[in-house]
Formats: sequence, structure tokens, C-alpha cells
Amino acid sequence: MSAHADPAPAALAPRESRLVPRLLIGLALLLTAVFVVVPMAYIFHRAFAAGYAVFLTNITEPNTLHAIWLTVLTAVIVLPVNIAFGVAAAWAIARFTFPGRKALLVLIEIPFSISPIIAGICYLLLYGRNGLIGPYLLANDIQILFALPGIVMVTMFVTAPFVVREVLPLMQAQGSEQEQAALTLGASGWQIFRRVTLPNIRWALLYGAVLCGARAVGEFGGVSVVAGKIRGQTNTLPLQIELLFQDLNVTGAFAAASTLTLIALVVLVLKTLMESRR
Amino acid sequence: MGVTLSYLGVIVLLPVIALVLKGAEIGPARFWAITTAPRTLAALQLTLLAATMATIFNALYGLLMAWVLVRYEFPGKRILDALVDIPFALPTAVAGLALSALFAANGWYGAILEPMGLPVVFTIWGVAIAMSFTSIPFVIRAVQPVLEDLDPQYEQAARTLGAGRFTIFARVIFPAILPAFLVGVTLSFARSLGEFGAVVFIAGNLPMKTEIASLLAVIRLEEYDYNGAAVIALVLLLIALLLLVVSNLLQARALRYKGKTA
Repeated sequence: MSAHADPAPAALAPRESRLVPRLLIGLALLLTAVFVVVPMAYIFHRAFAAGYAVFLTNITEPNTLHAIWLTVLTAVIVLPVNIAFGVAAAWAIARFTFPGRKALLVLIEIPFSISPIIAGICYLLLYGRNGLIGPYLLANDIQILFALPGIVMVTMFVTAPFVVREVLPLMQAQGSEQEQAALTLGASGWQIFRRVTLPNIRWALLYGAVLCGARAVGEFGGVSVVAGKIRGQTNTLPLQIELLFQDLNVTGAFAAASTLTLIALVVLVLKTLMESRR
Repeated sequence: MGVTLSYLGVIVLLPVIALVLKGAEIGPARFWAITTAPRTLAALQLTLLAATMATIFNALYGLLMAWVLVRYEFPGKRILDALVDIPFALPTAVAGLALSALFAANGWYGAILEPMGLPVVFTIWGVAIAMSFTSIPFVIRAVQPVLEDLDPQYEQAARTLGAGRFTIFARVIFPAILPAFLVGVTLSFARSLGEFGAVVFIAGNLPMKTEIASLLAVIRLEEYDYNGAAVIALVLLLIALLLLVVSNLLQARALRYKGKTA
């Protein structure tokens, strides 16, 4: 279409004033400030309200430190597993047709659509004392619930869809021509993946991984059911925040929360940067 | 592929099967009795009502934000666009803590609202606000791309035919973004129903009053009433799956619509 065939909208609408757009922009900015920006700023305000020294005391309190360690450990275990799973699942769905492909897609979506609380209850009914395989675990002295394995597995459940969801659409859109070309040139499966597939999906993969990591660090509902909330042992950082809040140590809760908020802000910046790269 | 399936089987499918089996073991009569117990009904009612309130707000706010972000140019637009994702990036417990402190009588918002006779903390409004916060991005992110792809020639045609701004929106733009809008609304509603972390901080969790369904399930667990917990979890699971089906159908329709206009 040539440029002069598409007249500027302004020429067609001389009646429109600038008032309505300004009102709408103003309203959008106001609501976002009230409901999104202020709550986030408030976290830092409360965390540092009593001074930097108090913040430092709160954050280095042994139970809070342990909670930070446990949260980081969980994320470090969950993230590589879900990245590997995400790429494998996306690869399988995009490149092959097999019975149950649709079912697999639905299964991947389930953790997104159900409450993490339900996930936690499911795990309890499976591995709990009266659960399906609970008695077997008890007899063999295997501890899953109220310990690291339970926390890690529920976090895996909740964060399973993130990488697949980002990588799959890209793999489907790109098709497999390049991979087939590599194959005819004699590349091995691993070579194809490393030299052809991975470079094509790297930004989507990284993006999914960032979202997955953010969620793994912040997961609350599911973990709260299976962790048992033992102070200094199975309390992740989000659970520690609730505990401090219930102990009426609100400043301590805000100090712990501010570290998670900082992570969220970093995630946000990474996400924005990556979106412009994709 | 085998690895993928067995991972999903162990991590996702097996636990869900455990819940369904537990529900089957309970039997329909007791299932019904637990579901219709006054405290369960009150919790379900509160959850549905608060989620509806949250979703109505998010639908309007989401539509406004999507419109402003796509149609207007103004300083700070990219920052506003990035800020939309805060509720997804921020852990729900952190959001709950911040909101409950903000709306408490001595918080920045509570100090204004409470003297006006509008308490938020420990009321259904608090529950709705927490639910709303954690699901803000859904409608915006669903409508935004569709609005961006919308061919301006239909609007221009409507304008040359003498349609006013409101008529153009109601008759030309809104029907085009409706499927995507509904997908966003459904997702927002589903997320609100399942929200836990943010709500428990602000709700006060008074039985029969501000106790949401997922919290009641957790309380039943802590009382070692596994049947009670399983029934409530199953009811929530059924609603969630229903919403998942609805949203998938809407998404399929939205794609068809896009195919037609493109």
C-alpha cells in the first residue's frame, strides 16, 4: 500500500479533542500507582523504616538466613530440572506426533490452572502417613514430606509449565528444516541440538527460565502445605515472612520480604531487556 | 520423550490421581455432606464472590491499561508496560504482607479509609483486593496483542461513516477484542479462586466470614481431617479444570477470529 492511500487518522477526525486520551492515561497511571507501585515501594519503606542497622539484624537472624539458604537451594535444584524438562517436552510436542500428544499439552497446563494449595494437598494425600504410598515410605524410612524432597517436588509441580510455554510456540513456528539440513550434513543428535536448536530458542529459553526461577523462589501455597514449617529447618523465605508476620515482628517480615522484592525487580528488568531482544 | 512423560507422571499426574482416588474413596454421599456443610459453603461463597469482585475490577482496569498502552504515546509508557508484570514477579506472600500493612488502620491507605468507615483488612474487600492484585496482568496481556494487530481501516471506515468515538469502540473494536478479553477474564477469575498467599495475610481468616476455600482445606489438613481437605480440594480442582476448558475453547475461538480478519 502506498503512503498517500492511507490518510492520517487525524485528518479524518477533526472533532476529537485531546481530553479523552489525557483522562484515560491519567486514570491508568493513577490506578497503577495506587495498586502496583505504592505496595512495592511500601515494602522497602517498612523494611528500612527503623534504620539500616535494624534491617541488617533482621536479615542476618539465623532462622531467616536459613530460610534464604533453603529457598536458594530449592531454586538451584528445580531450575535445571525444569529447563531440561521444558526443552524436552517442547521438542517432543513440536517435532513428533504421537498418541497422547494433546493429553500431554493439557497435563502441562494443569499446574498453571490449579491452586498451589491443591498441589500441596495432592502431595500430602500421596506421600502422607495415610496417603497412597505413604506407608511404604514410612516402612523404608524415606522422608519426603516436611523435608527438602517435598519442598523441591511441589516447587517443580508449580513451575513445570514456564519453560515449555515459552519455548514451544517458537519451536513450532520455526519448523524443523534447519535441523533436517544439519542431519543430512551428518550432524549427530547432540550436535544438532547444540548448534542449531539451542541458538534458535535461546532467548525464549532464558525468558522461561527467569520466570520459572522467580516463581520457584516465591512459591508459598504449595510449599506451605508440605513443608511443615519447622523453624530453621523447613521454612523457605516466603514461609518465614508469614511466620514473622504472625509473630508480630512486622519489620522483620518486611526485611525478609524486601530481599524477595529485590529479586522480583531484577526479574522484571531482565524480562524487559529480553523482550526487546526477542 | 519417555523421560518427559515419566517426569510429568511423577510430578504432576500421580499427585492429582491420589486426590481423585481419595475423593472416590469418600463416596458421593459424604462428599455431598462435606461440600454442603455450612462452613464449607460459606468459604466457597466468599471465594466465588470475592473472585468475582476482583475479576470485575481487573476486567475494567485491564481494558483501560491495554487501550492506553497500545493506542497512546506518552512519556514513561515503556516503564508503565513493564510495571504491569510486577504482580506476577512479586511472590504472593510478599504482596499479601505489603497489602495488609498498607490497608491496616496504621498503614498509608488504611489511615485514609478506616476513618471514612471503609475497613478493608479482615473484610471481603481485603480478600478481593489481594485476589485482584495477584491477577492484574491477565486481562492486559491477553487484550494488548490483539489490539495491536487490529487493522485500523475498519475504524477509519466507521469514522468516515460518521460514527462517534464511543460507537466505534462499542461496535468495531470491542467485538474484535472480545474473545481475547474473555480469555483474560477467565484466567484472572481462575487465578483469583486459587489465590492463597496474598489472601491469608489480609483476610484475618475468620471462619464463616473471611475464610477462603483453599485455607479451609489447609485447616482441615491440620486437623488431620484428610477427607474434608480432599473434598474441598476436589471441588476447587473441578472448578479450575472447568475454567481451563472454557479458556481453551475461547482461545480456539479467538484464533479463528484472528484468522478471519487477517
